[in-house]
Amino acid sequence: MTGGSTTGDDGATAPSTGVSEKRQGWPLWEVFVRSSRGLSHVHAGSLHAPDADMAVRNARDLYTRRNEGVSLWVVPSSSIITSDPDAKGQFFESPQGKDYRHATYYTKSEGVKHL
Amino acid sequence: MTTTAAVEQIEAGEQLFNDLIARDSRIEPRDWMPEAYRKSLTRQISQHAHSEIIGMQPEANWITRAPSLKRKAILMAKVQDEAGHGLYLYSAAETLGTPRDKMSEDLIAGKARYSSIFNYPVLTWADIGAIGWLVDGAAICNQVPLCRASYGPYGRAMVRVCKEESFHQRQGFEILLELANGTPAQREMAQDAVNRWYAPSLMMFGPPDDDSPNSKQSMAWNIKRFSNDELRSRFVGMMVEQVEALGLTLPDADIRFDEETQKWEHGPLDWNEFAEVLAGRGPCNAQRMERRREAHEDGAWVREAAVAYAEKQALKAAQQKAA
Repeated sequence: MTGGSTTGDDGATAPSTGVSEKRQGWPLWEVFVRSSRGLSHVHAGSLHAPDADMAVRNARDLYTRRNEGVSLWVVPSSSIITSDPDAKGQFFESPQGKDYRHATYYTKSEGVKHL
Repeated sequence: MTTTAAVEQIEAGEQLFNDLIARDSRIEPRDWMPEAYRKSLTRQISQHAHSEIIGMQPEANWITRAPSLKRKAILMAKVQDEAGHGLYLYSAAETLGTPRDKMSEDLIAGKARYSSIFNYPVLTWADIGAIGWLVDGAAICNQVPLCRASYGPYGRAMVRVCKEESFHQRQGFEILLELANGTPAQREMAQDAVNRWYAPSLMMFGPPDDDSPNSKQSMAWNIKRFSNDELRSRFVGMMVEQVEALGLTLPDADIRFDEETQKWEHGPLDWNEFAEVLAGRGPCNAQRMERRREAHEDGAWVREAAVAYAEKQALKAAQQKAA
């Protein structure tokens, strides 16, 4: 599946865009920011840049103007693979009805400490 | 895919869309959405982005004339924020299918609108204070409910914008407060700026409810959460309180709190002026558009050079890999 979106975390262009003509503009990059050591990089948004180096620089200017991060990832939006949105139901169906995967399913131990 | 299957798929998409709106959930870029929803959002978000970009101009004009190094640094940070806000919003609008370059072209070609407020001149340093306090204040009032807009990317962009916007309003308030407590001339300058920016900032909320054709649909889609008049009334209430802290006055003798409706009322606004400015006949429309065009053209060589460099580097990398 092709990627190409942005602040929509699912890395894909809107379905009805149609065939996009060859764009003169700069490619789109998705930006991930690690806000502090010990935390993962989290998707912050997207930006346009001519190449990877400029994408990192632009990401610093655009998404970390107030000490929001200690590390950045930029990824070409077109490289993001997304699950098929039309198959939402079936694709995410399997955990349903499997409550026993959650600790809250087990109630008999209520009142027992440190469990 | 057969025609029937395609129709069924659209029907399923439409049902999901309606369910999501009814549940006050969010629509994401890959979801099916009515063409009118896509169009309306593209218009609103791109106009919002254009406003941020054009909004850099009136303030940037004052960077060289800021009264101190501290004020200059603050103003530069603010103008940089406006550029950032424009980019967040273009990103959100792009997810609806229109490329950013197309939106920029429309702005430069005069085919797109931006907030009418930026077509008023910034005459004195106190205006920078009044813009921060009143214009950014009105913007915040408008934007906070938009953080809950039904279109996910728009809401997320607005959260980011709102976080940064409160610095803008406070720095404006501080400029006015300092002037209001300064020499009589400074105080007069502050009052004059508030007098000139008050009505235009009230008009930022858009036409009165009975004259706002898009509002109803936009509220039904959970894009807008409150009507223009509702937001305007709230804003007036906040300003009434804040202006006291400044020791200045609002140029409106008709402001009152209506006990019956529990709403703030204000004096009449000149909606003909609003229409004129929107139609391109405001004091600074031509200047703002010309400056935007000029900046775009002046920057062309930078954009071209960056692309040429990227291509050259990519070619080099490919050759090294082959060798």
